[in-house]
Amino acid sequence: MWRDAVLVAGKDLRIELRSRVLLWQVVPFGVLALVLFALALGPSEAVLRRGAPGLFWLALLLASVLAASRSAGIESDEGTRGTVRLLGLDAGGIFLGKAAALALELCVLGAVLELGLLVLFHVDAARLAASVPLAALAVVALAAVGTLYGALVSGTGVSSTLLPVLVLPALAPVLIAGERGTAAVLAGGGPGRWAVVLAVMAVVYGAVGVVLYGPLEETA
Amino acid sequence: MAPVVTLRSAVALLGRFPALSGVDLDVEEGCVLAALGANGAGKTTLLHLLAGLLELRSGTATVLGCDLAKDRASVRRRAGLLGHGVSLYADLTPLENLSFALRAARRDPALAAASLERVGLLGRLATTPARSLSAGQQRRMGLALLHARRPSLWLLDEPHAGLDGPGRDLCDELVDEAARGGATVVLTSHDAERAASCADVVVMLAGGMVAQQRAGERRRHVA
Repeated sequence: MWRDAVLVAGKDLRIELRSRVLLWQVVPFGVLALVLFALALGPSEAVLRRGAPGLFWLALLLASVLAASRSAGIESDEGTRGTVRLLGLDAGGIFLGKAAALALELCVLGAVLELGLLVLFHVDAARLAASVPLAALAVVALAAVGTLYGALVSGTGVSSTLLPVLVLPALAPVLIAGERGTAAVLAGGGPGRWAVVLAVMAVVYGAVGVVLYGPLEETA
Repeated sequence: MAPVVTLRSAVALLGRFPALSGVDLDVEEGCVLAALGANGAGKTTLLHLLAGLLELRSGTATVLGCDLAKDRASVRRRAGLLGHGVSLYADLTPLENLSFALRAARRDPALAAASLERVGLLGRLATTPARSLSAGQQRRMGLALLHARRPSLWLLDEPHAGLDGPGRDLCDELVDEAARGGATVVLTSHDAERAASCADVVVMLAGGMVAQQRAGERRRHVA
């Protein structure tokens, strides 16, 4: 399983490097969302600082749906899906590989959006840096949920529109835990139980994905 | 020769539509079978059923010694399917696609170069993203994938489509090589003459059933 996970992750990352969908579409979308949120809040630094955690996670969440859709779309062609299913790859390994590649891509996206927080929302740089481990944990949960739901909608023919409808409610706990945890860290405290919530989500969705990815692909 | 494919009253659904509605078919090891028929006759569905990609709804089906009703995963590992379009990833080059497929199949990725050379994808063609290749070159990549993996059961969906004259001859050569090497080949085609010339057995599908079966000309050529 682990060997197949490494193989699939390498393949997905190579495809991303070649197609640059993350660079030219997903990241700009996230940055645009963040800019629009900042414009909507107005020029008050205090207001911007107070809204920063929630809007950061909202922008990351929305952009991550695009990234998850793209990740699932790599195998959406019927010919590709058929050929991949004949290669004998472990389904759990495929899930882990795709989730790992997506997590890495979301880390890049998160880093860019954190820079946006510094520039647009005037948050403290040192405190923002302290929130990075929490963000990394959340990104793993986002990637696990996104990959699982991507498999769920693949083969439906309406996956690009169906995925956001299904995955956003599932990602709501990540939004809440991420926002609360980040707000606590930016206020000078620790993430506390919110880090635990994100870790539990990452582990649970990761385990569920390993078990269910194969059956979901079968029914696609 | 041992039977590699045995279907009895096999039914497979596409959604709720019975694309195969009671197929009886026997294919022996090392045999090349060509399935002909009009659009919608069930040719592609037959290949997908044999590959273990489709559920057997009723009837019995044994492929490569495995009961398709119980164990499709074992069949998949030993079957190779050439479908329409790019066989794997359009953003990867033929060399990257083949290396990935060979690693996934626990085979030596170094075999990729020789297989690409065999189908004429040399030099820059081997290192150009598949989406930039012509339809015929993409088809050659699919053939190279099968050549490199060497599955026990080759399933070719209109393999001659999109290929130029030399490409069609190459396809027939690869099919013949595979069959001589002990693999079993099931191909579909709309070119009855071409299919008959490279097949041992020709079946005509109509309405999801085998309507007619006759001998092909391959054995005569081999002899």
